[in-house]
Amino acid sequence: MATTVVPIPLPVLAEGWTAEKDFKSVGKSSGATQRTLEPVGPHFLAHARRARHKRTFSEDDRIQAQEKAKKVETEEESEISEPEDPMMLQREAKDWKSQDHYKVLGISKYRWRATEDQIKRAHRKKVLKHHPDKKAAAGRVDDDNFFKCIQKATEVLLDPVTRRQFDSVDEEAEVEPPTKKQLAKGNYYKLWSAVFKAEARFSKNHPVPSFGDVNSTKEEVEAFYNFWYNFDSWRSFEYLDEDVPDDNENRDQKRHTERKNANARKKKKAEDNARLRKLLDDASAGDERIKRFRQEANAAKNKKRLEREAAEKKAAEEAAAKKAAEEAAAKEAEEKAKADREAGKKAKEAAKNAAKKNKRVLRGSVKDANYFASGDASADTVNAVLNDVELIMGKIEVDELADLAAKLNGLKVADEIKGVWKGEVERLVGAGTIKADEIKALSA
Amino acid sequence: MSEFKGTAPGERTVIGVTFGNSNSSIAYTVDDKAEVMANEDGDRQIPTVLSYVDGEEYYGQQAKNFLVRNPTNTVAYFRDFLGHEFKNIDPTHNHASAHPQEADAGVSFTVKDKADQEGEETAPSTLPVSEVATRYLRRLIGSASDYLGKKVTSAVFTIPTNFTEKQKAALVAAANAAGVEVLQLINEPTAAVLAYDARPEAQVEDKIVVVADLGGTRSDVAVVASRGGMYTILATAHDYEFAGVALDKILIDHFAKEFLKRHSSAKDPRENARSLAKLRLEAEATKRALSIGANASFSVESLSDGIDFASTINRLRYETIARSVFEGFNRLVESVIKKAGLDVLDVDEVILSGGTSHTPRIAANFGAIFPESTRILAPSTNPYAINPSELQARGAALQASLIQEYDAEDIDQSTHAAVTTVPHINNAIGVVSVSESGEETFVPIIPLETAVPARRTIQIAAPKDGGDVLVKVVEGNTHIKVTKPEPKPKEDKKAKVEDADDSDEDDESDFSDDEEEEKREKVWKIGSTLAEAAIRGVKKGGKVEVTINVNADLSVIVTTREVGAKGGVRGVVAA
Repeated sequence: MATTVVPIPLPVLAEGWTAEKDFKSVGKSSGATQRTLEPVGPHFLAHARRARHKRTFSEDDRIQAQEKAKKVETEEESEISEPEDPMMLQREAKDWKSQDHYKVLGISKYRWRATEDQIKRAHRKKVLKHHPDKKAAAGRVDDDNFFKCIQKATEVLLDPVTRRQFDSVDEEAEVEPPTKKQLAKGNYYKLWSAVFKAEARFSKNHPVPSFGDVNSTKEEVEAFYNFWYNFDSWRSFEYLDEDVPDDNENRDQKRHTERKNANARKKKKAEDNARLRKLLDDASAGDERIKRFRQEANAAKNKKRLEREAAEKKAAEEAAAKKAAEEAAAKEAEEKAKADREAGKKAKEAAKNAAKKNKRVLRGSVKDANYFASGDASADTVNAVLNDVELIMGKIEVDELADLAAKLNGLKVADEIKGVWKGEVERLVGAGTIKADEIKALSA
Repeated sequence: MSEFKGTAPGERTVIGVTFGNSNSSIAYTVDDKAEVMANEDGDRQIPTVLSYVDGEEYYGQQAKNFLVRNPTNTVAYFRDFLGHEFKNIDPTHNHASAHPQEADAGVSFTVKDKADQEGEETAPSTLPVSEVATRYLRRLIGSASDYLGKKVTSAVFTIPTNFTEKQKAALVAAANAAGVEVLQLINEPTAAVLAYDARPEAQVEDKIVVVADLGGTRSDVAVVASRGGMYTILATAHDYEFAGVALDKILIDHFAKEFLKRHSSAKDPRENARSLAKLRLEAEATKRALSIGANASFSVESLSDGIDFASTINRLRYETIARSVFEGFNRLVESVIKKAGLDVLDVDEVILSGGTSHTPRIAANFGAIFPESTRILAPSTNPYAINPSELQARGAALQASLIQEYDAEDIDQSTHAAVTTVPHINNAIGVVSVSESGEETFVPIIPLETAVPARRTIQIAAPKDGGDVLVKVVEGNTHIKVTKPEPKPKEDKKAKVEDADDSDEDDESDFSDDEEEEKREKVWKIGSTLAEAAIRGVKKGGKVEVTINVNADLSVIVTTREVGAKGGVRGVVAA
C-alpha cells in the first residue's frame, strides 16, 4: 500500500517531556469485533498465507521477496548456457541441412521438448554473441557464417512445420533400443521405457501410455501394447529429400524429382513403421510381465480343469466303493442263505432219523409189552396193536413223538408201557386228533 | 465435492461463472485481465433459460425467445430454487414459463424434453431443479470451452450473500454433475469490488464501498469495508420487489394502456399469455435501449387480435413513470447503510452492478444521496466504469486465476473460518496533528473496521521549524456534525417550489442551493491515547514516518522515525 503523506504538521514536543527511549505506552486499544473476511482477492491470499504459517508482516515480506528472487535466478540459470563446440563454429551456412539446429542454439538438452519461448530466448542470446557486427568490431570482417547457421536454425525451429520435419529425423533425440548385454544386467523396464518415451514424441495422440514397471497391472500393460501396435505417428521424412525441386528446372524434371522424393519418403516411412514394430516385438518378447500374465491365466485355467478332474475322480471312487459294498453284502447274504439251507437239510435229516428212531422205540415198546397180551399174542392182537400204534404215530407231531418215545424208552413192564400208551390215547382223544373209537387195542 | 475428483492444479483451465437468476456470464483471464466471453450467439449476458422444442435443447437468448411460442417447455428463473424446499420458493416469475412443482420435497419442472417418435407422443419428463441447473451449466461451460478452445475443468462461482449452506451444496453438486470442479464460491458484491480493484490503475486504499447489485428479479445491496485490499461485508440487504422486472412491468403497463387507447375495440394484451410474453420481451429491449439513448421504440407485431403495435418513449417519460421503483432502490441503499451503522458520508465508493444498473437515472439518484466526494461507479456517471453486467463474472474469473495453482485442500484451508474470522478494530488508530488554526486534529492511520493484524505507514509533516516533535498515537472515531442553515428569505423558497414543478422527479435529487439543506460533515473525534513518542532534532521542513502495526491480539507496535534519518523510536502497547 502506498504511503500517504499528510501535510498537517505534528505538534511540537512539550518542554520537559521525557520517557525511556523516547517512548511511553499510555493506553490500551479499545477492543475489536469479530467479523468474517471475504476470502477473495490477492490481499486476502496474503493474509491467509500469513495466518496459516503464523508469519508477521515483515517475515512474510522477506520470504516472498526471497521466493521471487529465487524464481528470477532459476530462470536466468535455466537459460541456455551450453559450451560451444569450436568445430561447430567453423560450420558453413550452406551445409545447414546437416547441422544440429538445437545444438547451434545451445538447447540440445531440451530438443523436441524446447518451448517456443526457449527457442526465441536462445536465439536472442546467440545473436547477441555472434552478431557479425560484433565480430567486425573485433577485426574479423565478413565472418558471418555461424551467424547464418543460427538464423537458419531459428528459422527451422520456429516454424512448427519445418520443426516437425527436423524433429522427425533428429538422430540425437533417438534412444537406441537396449542390447542383449545391457538387458542382461537387469534394468529391463528402465531401458525400454526410455526408448518408448523418446518414441512417444511422434505420437499424434496424447497422453501416450508409459511402459510402466514390473508392478504394472495387466490392463496397463495391455493398454500400452495396444496403443503402440496402433501407433499413429506424425513422423515424416521430407527433411531427408535428396533433391529439392528447383523452380528453374523444367516441369517434367520437377515432377520427376517430386515423385522420387515422395517415393523415398514413403519407403522411409514404411521402414520406420517396420522399425517400430520390431521394437515392440523385441520389447514384448522379453517382457516378463506378459509371461507372468500368461502363466497366471494358465494357472487359472488349469486350476479349473484340475478341480473338475478331482471332482470326477472322487465321484468315480465313491461309486466304486458303493458298488463293492453292495456286492459284498449280496455275497454275504447268499452265503448265509446257503448255510441256512444246508443246516435246514441236516436238521431235517436228523429229525427224520430221530422220528424213525422214535417210531422204532414206539413199535419196540408195544413189542416189549408183548402187545399187551398175556402169553403169546395172537396175530390179530399184534395187528390191532400195531395198527393203533401206526395210527397214533401218523397222527402225532414229531416232537410229541419224541416225547412219547422218551417216556416209553427204557420201560420194560407191560403195564407201565400200556399206561403210557393209554395216557397218550386219552390225551389225543382229549385234543380231538383221534376219535376214541378208532383206537381199539390200546385203549382197552 | 467429496465424490467429485478435481483436476490437478497444473492442468486446470479455469473460468469465472456468474450463474444468475435472470442472466449468467462466463469470464476468463488473459494476462491478468478479466474478459467476459460471448457464447455461440454472441451474447455476453446469457439468459438463464432452457427450452425444449421437439427434443432439441435451447439455452440463452434462443430459449428466452421461446417464452412466446413454447412457454410450457421453457424453464426460466430457476437458480433461486436450487437447494430450496417447495414451500419456500417464490414462483411469481415462472408464471409465463414452465411452472415449478413439488417432487420429493424439492422443486421440479415438467417439460417435454424428448422428441415425439413416429406419431407416438412421448411423455413429458419431470426434471428436478438440480438437473435443470446441471443441464444449463453444461451448456454454459460448453460455450466457454468452445470459446477458449480448451476444456474448462474448474470454475469460481459467484453467489448472493444470503445463499444458505444447502443452496451452496446444491449449486456445487449441480456444477460437479455438469463436469466442472468448483474451486470456490464467492459472494457477488465482493466479486464486483474485486473486479474494480484488480484493474492495473487501481490503488489499494482503505475505503467503504456500497455494492448495489440490481438484477432482473432481485436486488442485493451490501456495504463492504475494503481495508488494504481485504474485504469485509458489514451489512447486506436483499429485495425482491424493486428489480429489473418491476421496471419491465411499468413499461408493459404503459404500452398496454397506450395500445388500448389507440384500439378501443381490441382486447387487453395483458390478459392473453402470448401477448403478455411478447410485451415482456419487447419491454425489456426498450428498457435497455433507454439506458443508452434518450428515445426508444417499442414495436410488437400482432400484439392482440392480429393488430401490430409500434410506439416510442423518451427517457424522461420513462423516468417519470418508473419513479416509484427508482425511489425503492434509493431507500434500499439508505437502509443498508443504516444497518451497517454508517452514514452516507462514510461511503467512499458506490459500485453499481447487475443489468438494471445501466439505467442512468439510478446512478444519478445515488449521486444525489451521497456526498460529492463519493465515487459512483456506473457507466453513466463514470467513463472508466466497468460494464455492470460483467462485474461479477470478471471478479470470479480473477479469483479463479488467483487460486488455480492451489490444491483443493489448500483452498479449503485458506477459506476456513479460522482464517477468515478475525477481529476488526472498533476505533481508528492515528496520530494527533495540529491544524493551521492551532487545533488538535486526528490523522487516521488505520481506519476502523480494519481486520487485524494490520500494518499502515504514513508520512506526516514536522513543524515548520523542525526541532523536537511529539508523536501521540490515539484512537479516534467519527461523528456526523450537523450545521443548521440560516433561515431563508421567503421568495427564494417560492422560486424553489416552481423549480420543482418543472421536472417533478428531479426535485428530490436536484437541490441546487446548498443553503437550504442542513450541512452535514464527518468529524473525527480524538479518543483515548495509546502511546506517546518523541522524535528529537527534526530538520526544518522534514517529515516523520509513522508505522503502526496492530497484532492479532490487539497489541500495537509503533515505529516512528524521521524520513531520511537513521534510528527512530519503536515501542509496543500491550493489548
